[in-house]
Order: sequence, then C-alpha cells, then structure tokens
Amino acid sequence: MNRKLLAAPYLVWVAGFIIIPLLFILGKALTTADGGFTLQNIAAIASPIHRKALLLSLQLALLCTVICVLLAYPLALIVRSSKLNQQSIVMFILILPMWMNFILRILALQMLLSNNGILNMILSRFSIAPLEIINTPAAIVFGMVYDFLPYMILPVMNSILSIDNNLIAAARDLGANGFHVFWKVIFPLSLPGVASGITMVFVPAMTAFVISDILGGGKIQLLGNVIEQEFSVSMDWNLGSGLSVALMLFILATSLLLGRGQNQSDRGRLLW
Amino acid sequence: MVKKLFSRLYVGLIILFLYAPIAVLIVLSFNDSKSRVVWGGFTTRWYSEVFSNSTILSAFATTIALALLSALIASVIGTLAALGIDRMRRKQYQVVMFFTNIPLLNADIVTGIALMLWFVRFLPLGFTSLLLAHVTFNIPYVILCVLPKLRQMDVNLYEAARDLGANSRTAFFKITFPFILPGVLSGFFLAVTMSMDDFVITYFTKGAGVNTLSTMIYGEIRKGIKPEMYALSTILFLIILLLLILMNIVPRLKNREQTASAVRDF
Repeated sequence: MNRKLLAAPYLVWVAGFIIIPLLFILGKALTTADGGFTLQNIAAIASPIHRKALLLSLQLALLCTVICVLLAYPLALIVRSSKLNQQSIVMFILILPMWMNFILRILALQMLLSNNGILNMILSRFSIAPLEIINTPAAIVFGMVYDFLPYMILPVMNSILSIDNNLIAAARDLGANGFHVFWKVIFPLSLPGVASGITMVFVPAMTAFVISDILGGGKIQLLGNVIEQEFSVSMDWNLGSGLSVALMLFILATSLLLGRGQNQSDRGRLLW
Repeated sequence: MVKKLFSRLYVGLIILFLYAPIAVLIVLSFNDSKSRVVWGGFTTRWYSEVFSNSTILSAFATTIALALLSALIASVIGTLAALGIDRMRRKQYQVVMFFTNIPLLNADIVTGIALMLWFVRFLPLGFTSLLLAHVTFNIPYVILCVLPKLRQMDVNLYEAARDLGANSRTAFFKITFPFILPGVLSGFFLAVTMSMDDFVITYFTKGAGVNTLSTMIYGEIRKGIKPEMYALSTILFLIILLLLILMNIVPRLKNREQTASAVRDF
C-alpha cells in the first residue's frame, strides 16, 4: 500500500476546515450585507478610528516584543552559564502557569496593579509614590509581556543552549575575548530562536483583546477589541471580516519584513 | 561572585513576575468573601461548594471532554498524516506543511471568526462545532511532534523486519509504531494543553448554549468571578503540578542522563 495515502484524511480536513473557512472570511470581507462586491470592508482599516486602533496595537505589540527579547535573552545566557543542565526545570517553571486559566491570571494581575492594589500597598510601606498604571496602555503592555514571555524564552533558550561548547572553545583558542565570543559566535547562532520568538509574541500581542479589555478598563481600543465588537455588539460581520482580513495581511507583511522564514515547528515542540 | 548573585536575583525576579498572579489566585480561593478586593478571613468552603455548583461542574466537564476528545481525534488524524507526509516528495511536502502552519501562524481571532462563518452555514454552533474547531488547531501540534520522530528513524530497521518475513502491517506495529510512540504521546499532551488553554477560538465557535471554563470566566468578568472558580483552578493547578513533578523529577532521580535526552526530544 502506498503510505502517502495515510495523509488523505488530513488533506480532507485541511480542505474542509482550513482552506474553506479562509475563503469564507475572504468572501464575507469582500461583500456587502446584501451580497454585492465591495472593497470597503477591507479599506475601512484606513478610516481614522480604525487606523488609530491599528497604530496603537502595532505600538504596544512592538513594545511588548522588544521587552520580551530584552528579558528573555539574559535569562537564556544565565541558564547556559549555570553548570547544571537546568533546561527541563526552566521549561517546567515556564509551562506550569499556563495551566492556570489565562483570564483569571490577567484578573489577578489587575488586582496587583490597580491603584489601591497589592503592588501599591507594598510600595507605600516603603514610602514610595504609588504607580498609577492601571487602565493605561502601560498596563496592557505589562499584561502582554506577562502572558507571552514564555513564548519568547523557550525558543531563545533552545537556540542558545544548543550552541556547541566546542565552537566557543575554538573561538577562545583563536584569541577571541568574552565580547567577541558573544558577538561573533553566540549572538549569530541565537538569531533563529529570537526570530521565532518574535513571531510567536508579536502575532498574539497584535491581536489581543481580552488583555486590553481587562487591564485597559474597557476604554482603550486595540484592533482586536474593534474586531471582536463588530461580531458581539455591532453585528456587522462583513466589516468585522474585512478588518480581520486587513489585520491578517498586515501581519503577513510585517513578518515578511522582519525576515521571518524560521520554521514554526518550534512552537509545537518547545512547549514540552 | 557578584555576577552569580546578580544572576540569581534576575532569575528570582522573573519567577516572581510569572507566579505572583498565581499566588494571588490561590490566596483568593481561601478568601471568605465574595469580593475580590476584601479579605474576609480564611475559609475552605469554596472547595466544598465547587462540587455542588452545577454550572461550574458542567463547564468543567465540557472543557475536559473537549480537550480529551479533540486531542484523541487530532492524534489519530495527525499521526496518519505524519506517516503519509514523511513519504512525500519535496514539492508535495512543502505544500502540505504550508497549510499545516496556517493554524499555528494565523491570529487566533482570524481562525475563530473564519471557522464560525463556515460552521453557521451547515451546523448549529455547539459542542460539535467546538470539537471540529479544536481538532483543527490541534492536528498541526501532533504532526509537528510525530514528524521529527519519523525523520530520526533508521529505515533499515523496517527493511530488516520485512527481510525477516514480517508483512508490512506487522513491521509497522512492531517497529515503526513503538519508535514514534513518544512523539504521538507528547503530541497528545500538547493538544490537551492547547485545547484547555484556548479562549479566543472557543469564544467565536461555541454558540449560546455551551460554556467552557474560559468562556464562563469571561462572561463573569463584569458580574464578578465566583470564588468557587478560584478553588477549582487551584485544584487543577496542583494536579498538573503533581503530574509534571512525577513526569520530570522522579525519572530524573532514577536516571539523570536518560531523562535529559528525553526532555530534549519531548
């Protein structure tokens, strides 16, 4: 028997539940409520309100991605330099929080950050001025970093830990100092991990709507919130689909620009 | 020495950052007050009341049934798919993997909306639509766990079995399947985790009558979360903590070397 045929059920699934739904969202996006062709639903992304939401989403997602890289990279270096092979313990520590429902965790974060919340209570003990960040974009970025940091740490750590020690020894033998070892060996070899981390943090951060809803106090509209409300409140499915398609194209363009092309298979493997 | 101290501090701060909200939730599960912001004294009553709260229990049952069923179906379809994809030539392989990556790369909100727009054409939204949606985003994880195992396998083993008189079925079940089984299992567990963790796709494809724990919590944000929910989450968290410890730490003590490589493969 030809073993390729075993993939047949999956190919049917791909056609039925990946390709057709995408055609449907595209179809909805390109039509008006009574079925005529239009480009307005997609072009609506450029209207002032939507453009504002798009730009804010972009800013916050970029900021979140940068902070995640800056937090994850030193951690990976520290784990590498520690003598034990602690990778499995670090994975364990990173995966465990995912089993606590994420909306509950964001609500707990809201309690920590709110004006008379736990963080400010601790700060006032030390007579430090309270932080007023709840319901601001800063709180949303905080929440995004909190939620998506593991998706950055795991691929970055994977790539840094898999660098062969012999390469570093060779660089040292050839006279490289600590800085050169980092800049010429470790840094270039870690880039694939950083690139897949960026994709895995940027896309969900760009489309988040629950985090902004809770930590933004419902006042700050990201693109995810706008789209969600087209379906749950305004019931304009055509416009909602148009904005989704625009968002998808935008993310596609951004990731091509960031020179993606990394294998996303990491996302599957790194969680365990 | 200073460097080491700094490293410890840094790791400590990251762990604090990741676990502080979880500590808050665990504390809340013992709070004798319906409000999130008032401490009403210590109680364990939410832990007994959660087992008589039928709405929470039914959402919990839906969540678990959905996670296990979708992971099981995805494991079967995904493993068969990986076996087939492994034999494909380069061009076919690239096309299939392109489509496999779509649910992983696409924003959840777009996947959820696209599936919902399609489902409403032929099916009332409910458990069935949820199951189809979860299987759809779970299959790629299974394929990505099984395919590397197949790639690592030595073809000669299978050929040797055939030479020694095994038919293709026997050779598959005696040689290939045991070899890829760890990949299938980690794909299954990953799929369960992803299904339990999902909110966005579930939210768009669930319909009015059904709730999972995630969508139920989302609906309660404005009204206030029932404290029983904190108790249930704490119980779930502790069960997984125990399971992960058993899976990671115990074999580690038994055989450090073997586990190190197993965890890497995992």
